[in-house]
Amino acid sequence: MLRIVGRNTLSIVQALGDFALFLGRSFRAAAGSRKIVRRIMRAGFEQGVRCLPVILIVGMFTGLVLGLQGYYVLNKFGSEGLLGTLVSLSLVREMGPVLAALMLVGQAGSALAAELGIQRNSEQIAALETMGVSSYAYLVAPRLIASLIVYPLQTALFVTVGLVGGALSGSVLLGLESGVYWSAVERAVESQDVRECFTKAAVFGLLTIGLCSYHGFNAHRNRSSTGARAVSASTTRAVVQSCITVLAADYVITSFLV
Amino acid sequence: MAAPVPEPLLQIEGLHKSFDGHAVLSGASLAVPRGCLVSVLGRSGAGKSVFLKCLADVLRPDAGTIRFDGRLLGAGDVEAWADFRRRCSFLFQSNALFDSLTALENVALPLEQTTGLSGKEIDGRSLEALRQLELDAHRDRYPGQLSGGMQKRLALARAIVTRPELVLFDEPTAGLDPLRRNAVFSMIAKYQRQFGFTAVVVTHDVPEALVASDRVALLDQGRMCFEGVPADFSASNDGVVHDFRDSIAALGSTLAAIRRGEASSSADP
Repeated sequence: MLRIVGRNTLSIVQALGDFALFLGRSFRAAAGSRKIVRRIMRAGFEQGVRCLPVILIVGMFTGLVLGLQGYYVLNKFGSEGLLGTLVSLSLVREMGPVLAALMLVGQAGSALAAELGIQRNSEQIAALETMGVSSYAYLVAPRLIASLIVYPLQTALFVTVGLVGGALSGSVLLGLESGVYWSAVERAVESQDVRECFTKAAVFGLLTIGLCSYHGFNAHRNRSSTGARAVSASTTRAVVQSCITVLAADYVITSFLV
Repeated sequence: MAAPVPEPLLQIEGLHKSFDGHAVLSGASLAVPRGCLVSVLGRSGAGKSVFLKCLADVLRPDAGTIRFDGRLLGAGDVEAWADFRRRCSFLFQSNALFDSLTALENVALPLEQTTGLSGKEIDGRSLEALRQLELDAHRDRYPGQLSGGMQKRLALARAIVTRPELVLFDEPTAGLDPLRRNAVFSMIAKYQRQFGFTAVVVTHDVPEALVASDRVALLDQGRMCFEGVPADFSASNDGVVHDFRDSIAALGSTLAAIRRGEASSSADP
């Protein structure tokens, strides 16, 4: 039993170290990479523009549901006027960064892990290395840097649309005064909340895109399967670990910032 | 009197490589003279691709030495390997083209990433490489929109665009019909002479390799059991060389014996 625990602990520590080295190598390689700005823009487009519809839709429905649920709960205490406070703080502090990150993992992260896995399988990554091109700088670093910009922007959009959704539920559907809702939002959200929101978004972006890149990039190291199965296994692992990491990191960051 | 062999550009000695305890290379050595086309022959699974990938640093050998232009390529010698990569290209069996990049972008990639050339110069050189391989009309097509032969030529265009001194070809004719095999070998020989690079071609196509190569080597059981000019290979009495070279004749005799057996059994009352 002790041996199993020890072995698993060692393998977890080894994996964490390997992941940290992967991130470190990628950022270091980015320093000397040519035409990296163009590749960051392309990665930003893939993570940002392509994920925009899902962010808008999920953000709107999250706001609508929060508005509905919040209104009925607050109504019991005669505090409907605090609906703006409830919706805005829920979205800015927790739901915005977490749900936006999960949506981005589902859309951009899974695609990234699969793309890198296929590139590894078809020897495109080996081809880069034989050309003297750093695969870390060419394939991974632009995605990581783009995530630091895209995740906070997408989160801001998610929160904004969510607030509008809350207003639609509260004001249009349930008859709460629109001014009451928006003034509660304005009073509740402080700069500290916005900072926390953006910090979480950037950390989630780095961790999830890093994990998805790591698993896709190392698809060939999968011992239990090869070829297409290895790509599918690494994509699944990337998405599952990214989702768990978002929730775990959310708890850690919140406990530090609150 | 035989012509003197030029000094080796690439010198490999005692290469060993094992996977999970199974030895694929056990002391493979080869000298690749400058400006020559050297074919490494061997049966499927003999370790030819592993040998080539060890040369290109795609796989790390367990033991042995590789010298390029007289310089030892040590395991941790980053500078020596970087110099080697600048002067060498590798053509993968699968072509390893970037399917999300157009033909022109694929060819321009090594120039963009490894040289300080301007965009105009990169475009000029990439288009020139495409034109030399008769692909300039397909510059905006993606690899998936090109035929197998065109993809092979595109991979070669990407390999030669950096003007390498050494090009390593991993089974360039795998899975091709005889006509296309001939076309690929004549393309390699033509461009090798035109651009003057040294070439190492890993293949199991004996007739084509013997016609197109300056030198041949035969890899068997992890070692080079023959190394020399094609004429010596054709004349060799070595058992392994004989079996490999005359496999078609052996197949003919086997089939003739089977047919004779059938004829005699049908003639029996």
